[in-house]
Amino acid sequence: MSLFQEAGVPGAASMLTRTSRGVNPTARYVVNRVVAAVGTFFFVIVFNFFLFRMLPGDPIALYTKGRDVDPEEMRRLRAAYTQPIWEQFVTYLKNPFAPGAQSVRYNLPAWEVIGTRVWPTLLLVGSATIIATIVGVWLGIRSAWARGKRFDKVSTNTTLVLYSMPEFWFGMILLIVFSAGIFGLPGIFPSGGLSTPGVDTGTPLGWLNVAWHLVLPVTTLAVIYLAEYSLIMRASLIDEMGQDYLQTARAKGLRDKGVRKRHAVPNAMLPTMTLIFLNLGFVVGGAITIEYVFSINGLGSLTVDALRGPDIPLLQALFILFSGAVILANLVADLLYGVLDPRVRT
Amino acid sequence: MSSDLDAPRTLTPRAIARTRRRESLAGFSRSFRKSRGGMLGLVIILIFITLALLAPFLFSRSELDVTQATAAPYLSPSLSYPLGTDDSGRSVLALVVWGARVSLLVGLCATVLSMFIGTSVGIMSGHFRGFTGGSLDRVTEWFLVIPYLPLAIVLATVLGKSMLVIIVVIGVTSWPGTARLIRAQTLSVGARPYLERARALGGSNWHQMRKHLLPNVMPLVLANTTLAVSISILSETTLSFLGLGDPTAVSWGSILETAFDNGAISLGAWWYLAAPGICVVLVVVAFNLMGRAIEGILDPKEEII
Repeated sequence: MSLFQEAGVPGAASMLTRTSRGVNPTARYVVNRVVAAVGTFFFVIVFNFFLFRMLPGDPIALYTKGRDVDPEEMRRLRAAYTQPIWEQFVTYLKNPFAPGAQSVRYNLPAWEVIGTRVWPTLLLVGSATIIATIVGVWLGIRSAWARGKRFDKVSTNTTLVLYSMPEFWFGMILLIVFSAGIFGLPGIFPSGGLSTPGVDTGTPLGWLNVAWHLVLPVTTLAVIYLAEYSLIMRASLIDEMGQDYLQTARAKGLRDKGVRKRHAVPNAMLPTMTLIFLNLGFVVGGAITIEYVFSINGLGSLTVDALRGPDIPLLQALFILFSGAVILANLVADLLYGVLDPRVRT
Repeated sequence: MSSDLDAPRTLTPRAIARTRRRESLAGFSRSFRKSRGGMLGLVIILIFITLALLAPFLFSRSELDVTQATAAPYLSPSLSYPLGTDDSGRSVLALVVWGARVSLLVGLCATVLSMFIGTSVGIMSGHFRGFTGGSLDRVTEWFLVIPYLPLAIVLATVLGKSMLVIIVVIGVTSWPGTARLIRAQTLSVGARPYLERARALGGSNWHQMRKHLLPNVMPLVLANTTLAVSISILSETTLSFLGLGDPTAVSWGSILETAFDNGAISLGAWWYLAAPGICVVLVVVAFNLMGRAIEGILDPKEEII
């Protein structure tokens, strides 16, 4: 688990430790983590600048494709582009989100386009994560307890296969079986979207409609992620069960079941919860293909639209957003780890 | 054997090292053959590689040509078309067998690239102290945080669509995990006395890294490679499905793309979707099984499933 624990910028962390000696260790830990996260986000911003300078051809034409730009503005953009690269870089750093941040396709500022698409993604990713966490942790605990027995073997092998599936393919298979209906099966679930057109999603009946639409996409994402979570939970619980303090607890005469439940599971939850939080940022990116397959109008479908265009300014904004989500999830995971496990704070 | 006795035996350090390596390799293959999962994975991979190599002999290239397709579109599996036909009447079996070539090739090449970057960065960041090591380590951590699929999408969009681009994109986005692992191993090897001896004898950085560190991290690199191949193949499938692959080549991902775009789902053409997907799952599971078996042999503490 050291891989996740140490994620961040160690250099920045040690630098701060030196200057802020004598400060409350918790505060120092929090400051270190926040500084590391800000540093990483800065890197993403810088990276973004150089990434899109690699564009072949005429970047200005790509930026303004299909838009009615007046010649004066066009000249200004071109002049900005012919500046020395470091001057461009300085200008960019002053306001990373300004230059050409107009979506080509929607003719709106990229951030405005993104704003309207956040909720469907959060709904999808949120419900999938909650289900995957509950079922995955439960499966992992059961497998670890029954280690080497039938249940463990079946569940571990199943999760290995699930883990090896492209998530969008699993989604398509669910769609063809439960929505299109093959072999005479009735297609019971809708083929896509978040609600039936014309249904008011503000009413309880509308919520039901949305929930009904979410069944297949949420199942797809949840199944893929619960495979990973249960493998981690199983591994860390098995690791924990070999520890000396559990032996002591048993030697004191505590019952086996109680020892596992009260001592081993909470400790094994630590790495699993950290992983789940770390994953939260990645899940947002992972929803790209699922949203595309189930035609859900969230950030994922927007990304596919942007790459098909290509709508470079929108893609750029989405890239910053997705990276920001991971960095934020990382920070939360680090802080959570610090709260749950006081050892890392020192 | 008599000639061996006649000739004066010269045991150069090189020869000793070679014998030792050969022995450990033999021991490794003995343990590997005992692992059922690992052997199953190996057999599946060998079958797919054979199919990919034999593709031109099994199905002529013209069977992939939309204009030369003779069958009706969307035929369900039958004797003449074991896996049915696609939206333009091509045999799905031919598509899948030809697709194996691109999917495996891209997966393997991308893995080699990713392993090369990851291992070099990992060894260097573990070996050099101070500025070089520190900055390499920081770059690794930054790349670890950037979400991999959006980055791959952005890169592929920016660089254009070709097989080489896909390979580079997957290689360039998937190395940080390896670098992390190799760095940790390098740090632990670097603390051993024989490296101090090499330093004391005036071995250059290059000599230490190439002759002492690399051979010691190599087993870990190999175990990681098999796991990385499965990730590369999954990435290739995803990127091709999103339309970022080489538009002229047939891969498992691009078959899924055309199937989805042509409404295979609403038409209930399950064979068209199932065949390429099952191939991906089989190959990925096989590489994972092999990777686990190798990990189990290298580190017996780790449990084998």
